[in-house]
Amino acid sequence: MARTIETVAEELRAPSPAAILRKRVFGHYGLVFGIAVLAVIVLIALLAPLLAGHDPYAQDLVARMKPPFWMEGSDPEHLLGTDHLGRDYLARLLYGARISLSIGLFAALISGLIGTAMGVAAGYFGGRVDLVVTFLINVRLAMPVVLVALAVVAILGGSLQVVVCVLGLLLWDRFAVVMRSSVLQVRDLEYVNAAKAIGCSTRRIILLEIMPNVVNNLIVVVTLEMAHAILLEAALSFLGLGVQPPTPSWGLMISEGKQMMLFEPWLIAIPGVALFVLVLAINLLGDGLRDVTAPENRG
Amino acid sequence: MSDKTTPPVLELANVTKTYQVKQGLFSAPRPLHALGGVSLRIHKKDVLGLVGESGCGKSTLAKVLLGLEVPTSGKVLVDGKEITPRERKLQARRIQPIFQDPYSSLNPRKSIEDIIALPLVAHRIGDAASRAGSVRRMLDLVGLPQRVLKGYPNQLSGGQRQRVAIARALVMNPEIVICDEPTSALDVSVQSQILNLLGDLREELGLTYLFISHNLAVVEHLATRVAVMYLGRVVEEAPAAELFAGPRHPYTQALLESVLTPDPNLSVPDTHLGASYPNPIAPPPGCHFHPRCAQVRDICKTTPPPHVAGPQGHVDCHLHAAPAR
Amino acid sequence: MTTEPILKVENLTIDVPMAQGTLHAVRGIDFELRRGETLCIVGESGSGKSLTSLALMGLLPKKMRCKAAGLDFSGIDLQRQTPKAMRALRGDRMAMIFQEPMTSLNPAYTIGDQLMEALLLHRPVSKAEARARAIELLGKVGITAAESRLGQYPHQLSGGLRQRVMIAMALMCEPELIIADEPTTALDVTIQAQILRLLADLQREMNMAMILVTHDLGVVARIADKVVVMYAGEVVENGSAREIFENPRHPYTRGLLRCIPVPGKTKPGEHLGSIPGIVPSLIGKVEGCAFRSRCEVAEDACSSPVPVRRPGTDHAYRCIHDIPEGASA
Repeated sequence: MARTIETVAEELRAPSPAAILRKRVFGHYGLVFGIAVLAVIVLIALLAPLLAGHDPYAQDLVARMKPPFWMEGSDPEHLLGTDHLGRDYLARLLYGARISLSIGLFAALISGLIGTAMGVAAGYFGGRVDLVVTFLINVRLAMPVVLVALAVVAILGGSLQVVVCVLGLLLWDRFAVVMRSSVLQVRDLEYVNAAKAIGCSTRRIILLEIMPNVVNNLIVVVTLEMAHAILLEAALSFLGLGVQPPTPSWGLMISEGKQMMLFEPWLIAIPGVALFVLVLAINLLGDGLRDVTAPENRG
Repeated sequence: MSDKTTPPVLELANVTKTYQVKQGLFSAPRPLHALGGVSLRIHKKDVLGLVGESGCGKSTLAKVLLGLEVPTSGKVLVDGKEITPRERKLQARRIQPIFQDPYSSLNPRKSIEDIIALPLVAHRIGDAASRAGSVRRMLDLVGLPQRVLKGYPNQLSGGQRQRVAIARALVMNPEIVICDEPTSALDVSVQSQILNLLGDLREELGLTYLFISHNLAVVEHLATRVAVMYLGRVVEEAPAAELFAGPRHPYTQALLESVLTPDPNLSVPDTHLGASYPNPIAPPPGCHFHPRCAQVRDICKTTPPPHVAGPQGHVDCHLHAAPAR
Repeated sequence: MTTEPILKVENLTIDVPMAQGTLHAVRGIDFELRRGETLCIVGESGSGKSLTSLALMGLLPKKMRCKAAGLDFSGIDLQRQTPKAMRALRGDRMAMIFQEPMTSLNPAYTIGDQLMEALLLHRPVSKAEARARAIELLGKVGITAAESRLGQYPHQLSGGLRQRVMIAMALMCEPELIIADEPTTALDVTIQAQILRLLADLQREMNMAMILVTHDLGVVARIADKVVVMYAGEVVENGSAREIFENPRHPYTRGLLRCIPVPGKTKPGEHLGSIPGIVPSLIGKVEGCAFRSRCEVAEDACSSPVPVRRPGTDHAYRCIHDIPEGASA
């Protein structure tokens, strides 16, 4: 056929999007580092019962305040020492990773669902829906997160579930803002019009035509909000209104260690460093994902 | 080809589309008549070229036909049956679009196979195997090699992407294809390939095109009938050969004069279109074209032009009104 | 005209460093231009025509590397100029008109401010003089009620009017050279004809040299004195407009001319000519004729250096074949 004439001498010119993505991911050191550290922490959290060797709740008032291994007088039984109740600090740290990760994960999940639904609806439908969502976002932004969280936890009592729900219901604003603006950008592109003209349902257009093209922005916000939630939980626990003792939470460990801060600084240094590394890893991951999925946005 | 005895495959009866435009924070919205009563008939295997300047309503017309916009009043009929906005899915089966920009009209996250199969999936036609077969047939039809199936839009050139868009439009066996500036984003050498392809496909599949373009040379080449739009109205409609040989409306004449044929012995023509395109929110009274018209008369400034029907088409102009003096 | 050329470009190359290697976007092009002449650079996307015009204005992005054996503008070596000296030249002795008038005018300032600034920057004139000149030029580019337009903002004007303002702005200092990059591509055909006519008239009246970059062969035929046909970063054919359109030699030029429907010449509905294939990648080493992968008369020898053939004093093309006049390629 004469009309294949254009394509005779041609090959597929560029690698597929998946291949480009793979190449970019492994070329981005921050991202690779973030993924690796986060993977290690997740693994530790999952395997905590096998790695810890001690019950994080078991008190041993004889072996109180043992220093960690690099200091004099350390006990090889307790590598990172013990706290003021004689609980193994390593075990508490490992189990604490579970708390931090699940808080981050579930709070980001709940707020992500709420915020994405609102943002996509506002961006796609516009008009009144957009007005309502924008109003709700403004209301939410006018609320001081920490104070509201403190008040709610003070009324309902602190527990893991309450903290997750409160954070989930408070942190959706960024999802809504980002999703709304990215859907607005994609909504009027011709392939969306093409799908409408083909006769696709609204659900199909949103889920299969629009979402795949905005989901990269979502991933970045997820990581940001995870880190945000983890830090807020630590702050709430530190103030005594988050996860309640004796649950091993990193924020609670810092709080419990603060009385002895001047004499035994490692008591707060160890969970503090753990918190720092976790949040850093998540932020590196988010940053890297943004660079990798939308390189055209880089300076 | 425009046999008057058979019913038109697509008919627009006095279609209007009015937008409410807000100009300031406190002023009341004012109506913008994007389409001010458009009536058109397209017969099977015809190519209706729709020409006019930007803002004349040709893109709004395409959107109405594709079901992307709901007309404010008037009817759209396919094969003599009225299509209501509720029947968008039905309309979609018979009228398919090819858009201008092949870079934004294909979803970058989908493989070529998924893009072409989308209409079949959306209308739940056939199973996976029969869809795959249809997609392969389409690739052959538009002259793309089978190996692009698993590829993505970013791997293709502009011309290849437009072929994919054509394949997607044809996979449902539509009767009517709306081509909205299908070649204006392409390079000259690729443009001719796509035009040739569109011409061949019309012959092979008996397609009917609504061909929207600002390139009059292309319209003259492909169209069998031409409709000229100005400010939301069709001011002249005629068989292509007749219109290009003897344009009747002064606006059509000016449009044809502004075509730059590659002839080094000629200089740039003077179109005599003095004033610029009017603001559609505040259209001039009488004939909308009168401020730019070189042959303007007094009556044009006050009275809307008559609809002068001829044997083959019509022209809305005082100059061609039956002599009544 | 036997005057000295106002612009001489010799062996201009532009390299763009990319992740996959160096992209040789423009590879050794030459042309010259005299006052009162219009030169059209024609080519498809990726031919390097826009980069060439940016290079002349010294507006290439920093990471691109531009070299030339000679880049001479009325006795000034453009390659040796400091950024400050180039700024002084731009807008004064050489001016540019871009494709998209909306993005090239600053939406925050009035038309009058922007027009007057163009003059105040380069000339020791008073504000009142600048204003008078702005009104004079707006009138010249066919804008009615010029005085009242001075206070308007770009968004209040239609696309055609904005492009007229752009032209007026380019002409404020009476430049010797004006470079227009696809000045009418974003406009309607009717407005396109008006703008081109205006450009041609003003160019003749002010005795400027003009470079018009475009892909539209119709525009080229009507307005050019000289034509440069670019393909994949090279000049494949150049000559007077008459020679190029009535007696094209290079297979690419001939192919292009067959691709466009010409009322009266091509029969409606008949197949148009086409050029198979796509533009080759210019990354890495490029040898021989870049058009050979799409050429109907290509042979093995096309991958070796290609000679320049001169069928006339004002006509040259780059092909291994000596293509006779009028024969179909």
